[in-house]
Amino acid sequence: MEVVVAVIVGILFTAGIYLILTQDLLRIVLGTSLLTHAVHLLLMAMSMLKTGAAPLLGRGKEQFVDPLPQALILTSIVINFGITAFFLVLSYRAYQKLDTTDMERMRSESAKHRGRRR
Amino acid sequence: MSLLHLLTLSPFLLAALLPLLGKAVPRLHKGWFAAALSALVFATLLRYLGDIRDGSPIIKSFDWIPSLGISFTVYLDGLSLLFALMITGMGVLVALYSIAYMNAAKESLTRFYVFLLVFMGAMLGLVVSDNLLTLYGFWELTSITSFLLIGYKNEKHRSRYGALKSLLITVAGGLGLLSGFILLYVMSGTYRIRELFEAGAPLMSHPLFLPAMILILFGAFTKSAQYPFHIWLPDAMEAPTPVSAYLHSATMVKAGLYLVARMSPIFSGTSEWFWIVSLGGLITLLYGSVAAIKQTDLKGILAYSTISQLGLIMSLLGLSSLSGIFDGEEQILYAAAGTAAIFHLLNHAVFKGALFMAAGIVDHETGTRDIRKLGGIAQVMPITFTLSLFGAFSMAGLPPFGGFISKEMFLESVIEPLHAGVFGLSTWAALFPIVAWIASVFTFVYSVLFVYRTFLGPRKKPLKNKQIHEAPLLMVIPPVLLAIMALVLGFFPGLVAYSLIRPATEAMIPAVTASGERLPMDLKLWHGLTPALWMTIGVIVVGILLALTAKRWTKVYNFIPRRVSINRAYDISLRFFEHITVRVTSLYMNGSSRSYVKYILGFMLLVLGLILFNSNDVTFRVGAYATIAPYEWVILIGLAAGALAVPFAKSRPVAIILTGTVGYLMVLMFVFLRAPDLALTQMVVESISVTLYLLCFYHLPKLRTERQAVRFRLPNFLVALAVGVLMTLVALTVLGTNPFEPVSDYYVRESYESAGGKNIVNVILVDFRGFDTMLEIMVLGVAAIGIFNMIKLRRKATDVGSRHVSHEGDESEDIAAHFRKAQYEHDGPTTVKAPKEPWIHCVSDLNHDDEENPEDELSDEFEDSESNDSRKKGGDSDA
Repeated sequence: MEVVVAVIVGILFTAGIYLILTQDLLRIVLGTSLLTHAVHLLLMAMSMLKTGAAPLLGRGKEQFVDPLPQALILTSIVINFGITAFFLVLSYRAYQKLDTTDMERMRSESAKHRGRRR
Repeated sequence: MSLLHLLTLSPFLLAALLPLLGKAVPRLHKGWFAAALSALVFATLLRYLGDIRDGSPIIKSFDWIPSLGISFTVYLDGLSLLFALMITGMGVLVALYSIAYMNAAKESLTRFYVFLLVFMGAMLGLVVSDNLLTLYGFWELTSITSFLLIGYKNEKHRSRYGALKSLLITVAGGLGLLSGFILLYVMSGTYRIRELFEAGAPLMSHPLFLPAMILILFGAFTKSAQYPFHIWLPDAMEAPTPVSAYLHSATMVKAGLYLVARMSPIFSGTSEWFWIVSLGGLITLLYGSVAAIKQTDLKGILAYSTISQLGLIMSLLGLSSLSGIFDGEEQILYAAAGTAAIFHLLNHAVFKGALFMAAGIVDHETGTRDIRKLGGIAQVMPITFTLSLFGAFSMAGLPPFGGFISKEMFLESVIEPLHAGVFGLSTWAALFPIVAWIASVFTFVYSVLFVYRTFLGPRKKPLKNKQIHEAPLLMVIPPVLLAIMALVLGFFPGLVAYSLIRPATEAMIPAVTASGERLPMDLKLWHGLTPALWMTIGVIVVGILLALTAKRWTKVYNFIPRRVSINRAYDISLRFFEHITVRVTSLYMNGSSRSYVKYILGFMLLVLGLILFNSNDVTFRVGAYATIAPYEWVILIGLAAGALAVPFAKSRPVAIILTGTVGYLMVLMFVFLRAPDLALTQMVVESISVTLYLLCFYHLPKLRTERQAVRFRLPNFLVALAVGVLMTLVALTVLGTNPFEPVSDYYVRESYESAGGKNIVNVILVDFRGFDTMLEIMVLGVAAIGIFNMIKLRRKATDVGSRHVSHEGDESEDIAAHFRKAQYEHDGPTTVKAPKEPWIHCVSDLNHDDEENPEDELSDEFEDSESNDSRKKGGDSDA
């Protein structure tokens, strides 16, 4: 299973990076989401998969899966959520103001705006 | 930490406290603090005079970075003490003078005195450091404070130009110095100057000896404004006059001389050292004295005169290095050049300080420093006139001033090499007295003209009807003291000869005291009818003739064309480098963030790939993998397919939903991978995220209908694919390589024992790694504040983005414009040429015309913070 997961990590990275390199602001945000998923899977795979029960004590189990990556991922999920929300609102406001989500056009639009204001 | 350390660091301390002190006593001029501190340090340093006179230096060590062998060792010998006294003594006078000179109402005095104090501290540290690296640090700090002080009037283009020039030249020299020091370390294995002295002969035969010498001399020559690195000093005259008097004549420019004197015991006795130092000094002496005559600005004259006098001292230092190859009588003979150098160093600080202050007074009272406009003000400014006369006579080398004695000694010293017969001196030694004599004539001429054209003769038109009077008392006292001292040094040189000059010279030429004897001092006004006296008489006669006919010579002086000057070479090379930098930088800094992302990814690919390729420990694990149940296959394939489909989605909602699908599949993955907490959290987060995305679309009607697929771009795809493949390889490598004992066992073992929780993941989060979690909550808070600001804040409150400052005729502004132009042209047709401003202004732009005020996202944000908290509470309650 680890090998398959490693391949999927690669696929998620490819898709995420490709989205980040596009010109559309919204797709860039989506790309960062995919990247996060990729990293989470990578972290999981690092400690081998399904080596024991869920890391909950007092249920008569002796062998557990590695709890440390899970703790790291949990932190990551929450922070990623904050960042995604921030990105999203940022792009939302950018669209409201500049009427585009295209990175290239955004630059020229914001330059125009500034020219008008001065 | 000893008293000496404290003394060295006290100016820094006061500099840090000065803004507070200024607030506490706002009506007191801040110069008083600086003056008081300098006086205190000066008086404390005088206590060491006795020890130093007896030839016993003081050494105090304080470990700074012991692991690198860097200690802040303070070493006070004659040379250091002379400089330290000069620095603090002049510091007192300059600070007093500046109280009257600097207008408290108009200028930011805190800034001025903070820079001045930092400079004083750096200079003190420089002369007492025994460690080469500490010395270097202080050396650079003097360059930086000099830069700040020259550019003090930063609204003036000339100030900024002069400041930059001095910084570029002196810091370039400083880097040379650092390389030289490092070479010395490579050769000897020590950074301590004292230990380097003892390294001796093996050092001299080392192949790196000559490069180290040249690099160190490069540093010294740039700092002491030796030809051809002198060009920064005249431009440094843009600084306020107290600064010119202090940094650019009395102290900082002498740091180079100090270094040469300090390094003399290591390098002297080699022909390269002798020729570079003495000849470099001689050329500078001649060049400076000739150039000074051409100047029409009082401070310009003094600047070139300073260059010339520094050259004089430098050549004396070179001549004194001859004592390194002789013994006995002859050694003492050549060491006299060292005595002359040290004595002239002191004399120069005294008379040049007085003259600079006089020039400042004239400027302050008449409003001009142009000698073509000045004249005939001796009657109204009798004190300033007299002290200028004293200073100028001392500079010209006339009796009965201190300058006469050192000048005589200089002329004697340049005659001596005629009999040396080493280093090819039998052929070239005649050069020394001839050049020295010519330069002395010119020195005489400009000294006389300085006084004559400023104070005597008829009043000229621009100042004819102006009311001119003597400067305020506080402004006159410091230069008067210096002028009196110039006289005292002439009549009673014995006052300093044994207490200061002898120990300083002995520190420079330790060989003379090797046999336990002391260096004989021979400082007096009347030496008898020596050749030097005849030379002086010749200087006076020819000098008076030249001064009387000065007008006729103007054309000859201006013969050197301006177009081929070193200044021009500096300007052209600076412009050239700026141009090249702009071109090269705009090649890759094209303003597109996607390009930057590609650079980062490319670099990551390169480094990670190389490490993977090169490391031998990498193994791929075979077998013993977890099994995959059929339903897990479905999820895995779904994950891959969902991710791959996102870039191909034509409309944005489809892309969003596909990403959401991947997220929910991840939830399922977490379930099967025995991670219930992750699954729960991911579930919540994914639901909110997708809602957020779709909410955005609800408020942006156009986006809902806009259909646009991502255009396929091969370079992007290749980069993405390469990263994907690399990450797969990394994942596989990690599986096979496990060199360390996993730390997780500890958590499993201790979760209940130490922390009392049964949910190991939660215990790790809230207990073992509690700080991480706290910071994580902070990140969420910051994000929430950011989102709140973006939505709530109106433009009114943040309208600072439109502020734009520009200076007309500003070169650097033009360069910036050029840079922007190049940047935007490169960027493709869709861009508009416009100045780029920091991103923070863009945020204020966004808030410009905001009609609606959706708070949904915000509340979502808070919701999650809560859920985050509750998750932790759950962890606790489990316990």
